[in-house]
Amino acid sequence: MEFERHGYDVVVVGAGGAGLRAAIAAHEAGARTAVVCKSLLGKAHTVMAEGGIAAAMGNAYPEDDWRVHFRDTMRGGKMLNHWRMAQLHAQEAPDRVRELEDWGALFDRTPDGLISQRDFGGHRYARLAHVGDRTGLELIRTLQQRTVALGVDVYMECTVTRLLTDDEGVTGAFGYWRESGRFVAWEAPSVVLATGGIGKAYKVTSNSWEYTGDGHSLALAAGAGLVNMEFVQFHPTGMVWPPSVRGILVTESVRGDGGVLRNSAGNRFMFDYIPDFFRKETAETEDEADRWYDDKRNNRRPPELLPRDEVARAINSEVKAGRGSPHGGVFLDIASRRPAEYVRRRLPSMYHQFKELADVDITAEPMEVGPTCHYVMGGVEVDPDTAAASVPGLFAAGEVAGGMHGSNRLGGNSLSDLLVFGRRAGAAAAEHASKRAGAVALREEALVEAARAALAPFEREGGENPYTVQSELQQTMHDLVGIIRTAPEMERALERIAALRERVAALSVEGHRQYNPGWHLALDLPHLLAVSECIARAALAREESRGGHTRDDFPATDPAWGRVNLVCTRTPDGGVTVARQPLPEMPPELAEVFEEQP
Amino acid sequence: MTEPGEPSIRAVDEGSGENRGGYDATFRVWRGDASGGELQTFTVPVNEGEVVLDVIHRLQATQAGDLAVRWNCKAGKCGSCSAEVNGRPRLMCLTRMNTFAEDETVTVTPLRTFPVIRDLVTDVSYNYEKAAQIPAFTPRPRDPDGNHRMQQVDVDRPQEFRKCIECWLCQDTCHVIRDHEENKAAFAGPRFLIRLAELDMHPLDVVDRRDAAQQEFGLGYCNITKCCSEVCPEGIHLTDNGIIPLKERVVDRRYDPLTWLGSKIRRRPRD
Repeated sequence: MEFERHGYDVVVVGAGGAGLRAAIAAHEAGARTAVVCKSLLGKAHTVMAEGGIAAAMGNAYPEDDWRVHFRDTMRGGKMLNHWRMAQLHAQEAPDRVRELEDWGALFDRTPDGLISQRDFGGHRYARLAHVGDRTGLELIRTLQQRTVALGVDVYMECTVTRLLTDDEGVTGAFGYWRESGRFVAWEAPSVVLATGGIGKAYKVTSNSWEYTGDGHSLALAAGAGLVNMEFVQFHPTGMVWPPSVRGILVTESVRGDGGVLRNSAGNRFMFDYIPDFFRKETAETEDEADRWYDDKRNNRRPPELLPRDEVARAINSEVKAGRGSPHGGVFLDIASRRPAEYVRRRLPSMYHQFKELADVDITAEPMEVGPTCHYVMGGVEVDPDTAAASVPGLFAAGEVAGGMHGSNRLGGNSLSDLLVFGRRAGAAAAEHASKRAGAVALREEALVEAARAALAPFEREGGENPYTVQSELQQTMHDLVGIIRTAPEMERALERIAALRERVAALSVEGHRQYNPGWHLALDLPHLLAVSECIARAALAREESRGGHTRDDFPATDPAWGRVNLVCTRTPDGGVTVARQPLPEMPPELAEVFEEQP
Repeated sequence: MTEPGEPSIRAVDEGSGENRGGYDATFRVWRGDASGGELQTFTVPVNEGEVVLDVIHRLQATQAGDLAVRWNCKAGKCGSCSAEVNGRPRLMCLTRMNTFAEDETVTVTPLRTFPVIRDLVTDVSYNYEKAAQIPAFTPRPRDPDGNHRMQQVDVDRPQEFRKCIECWLCQDTCHVIRDHEENKAAFAGPRFLIRLAELDMHPLDVVDRRDAAQQEFGLGYCNITKCCSEVCPEGIHLTDNGIIPLKERVVDRRYDPLTWLGSKIRRRPRD
């Protein structure tokens, strides 16, 4: 069979923050580098990030340093994070932010002319470098312009459907052009997965259509392990009304900049949900909480700025108790707390978003918000220093990688994660490629088989439409493996996933190969099913509640589970198996950080 | 668990003609490819609060599974779902259905300035080619402590241009290229004129792109009719804040070297 073919040292799959940063690093290390992305360049989901990039630069608070950031990150993840990833992340994030300025980024400034830093949940000091509430756009545009300036090859609107491997590891990747439906193969000794997350497995999500777990599933199929898949972050504040925008993100900056959550009785209910784990560092009264914005030394953080898992559960409980807003959320109020001009300047995108999509003026009335599937903490198990997966030549960075955020990610730690580990992955991939140069070749049978599998939905007549199957999967995950979980529900979810797998194998698509979204979805669905199964199996196995995993039947956090990671791998028959693995042990000099008072 | 207060939905959201104040709308959607096509008429349910993109998605899920459309964020942040709605360049995700009368036919067509690939998807590679031609950002050195220092007042204006989500609506509406394929080689379009303006106003950048703006990117073709500013979903004042000041500085550069020198001296970093 004839295919379009290319040869590179490093192929990066995904063009969000992690993918572009990896491509820049690989290119700078001398590797022939390509980026392959499902959308147009600059449209990746990173563009949706709003609040900022967490980095202990100390611009707002000189007492901030990497140790404090490291501590906040580990505590936010309920200590399940891979300590080495959290350490590298905290240490390197400031340099990664500064280098964005060398590439043209324009962050908001302090009066001294330095990069301004804002407050966010779970961060002890104001730490998020930001541009209004459109920081992700600034990040992606900066990296995009840098990538273009360096002359890195970009394959836009091109979807990878297979990783190609031999006994020695990665040999390349196979995919199709969305525009024409024609196939393309890349021969490369190193592949960096930077494909983002899995949000489209859920009905209510802040994620775009691209978030179908491709990278997770490709890595699983290639033999890599997925760690911490039971931990899915439900962002506490998504839009709830009108229905068509349900799930769209409302940035945590609203709370960082003074917004508070209220129930239908007008109470700031978060004071009723302060867990013992964070009690010492959280304000006890509204007065103390309100003073904190201006005086952080003598006051403690408002409970609205607890880590996201805590706030999301609290909102869920309030709504369930009948104290919700008219459309099944709670109220997020900044209008009564800050002047209209301040809100418009600090939160221009939110102002615009509510005005355009919900007819709500957030400077005059409260927003209605509720939890939305936002981020998967779990992902490809990688070596912290090189982002290398267990399959030689396979690397993963950003949301598709696991371990960095433990059981719950702090806001602002995602953009910094993309930069720190994107760079490390790109550099390590280039180094690996230099050792394997000329030693990889694509097997014809593998290409033919990949092409056959991709075309199968066209061969079948009269099957179901892929949109129906996707909706049912989303409803299943939403109902049965959502924010609050029980064993019987997850067992039912696994049965439904198995049934959906059979339906995916039988569905058919109309039309032809040229820019056909029905076909594209049909090819994404097996990935979505694979990650859904991993989430459900790991969540069923972990019999405790921690971070982004809450069990109604095991509501307590169990210290014994605090020493265990769950790793999903593929079984020979195509199923998923879950294995327990001890948590990597933190060296004593880092453990000391947690003995200091908050 | 289904969140409390949430109505249960059918597997595929087929819309609803009965509740939530819904109604059946008439949509005409252009379908075809580079070889030609036509408007197809659909009757499709619409619910309260929906936008044009919701209705297009409902068509995909229930009536036209292969209807080609670009979209990503569905929140006006990524600039993917650009199309012409009743002839106006719009983001479909920000075009609310309640801006149309219930009996009004809504016509959705692809961006006219770019070649059609299929249905509502056009070949926008012109924009990526122009982007690659712009001389790259080149910063002055960092301060000795490793930081760059800039005042907020100096970054406000270039930040306005960096709000651009690259939806290409300004490029689509610009009459220099809208029906003039022949001008595309010499004219980069409003999006890239404000990119040049942004770099020119960037406190850290040290490259002078003003000759290039005029000679390579066609600044002179723009006769400031402000159509681009009118369609910008980000509310960027492309003409008033970007293109006109850039034209003024190009004039300075070409006719008044002293003004140019002065501007460079003023722009030096302070210690």
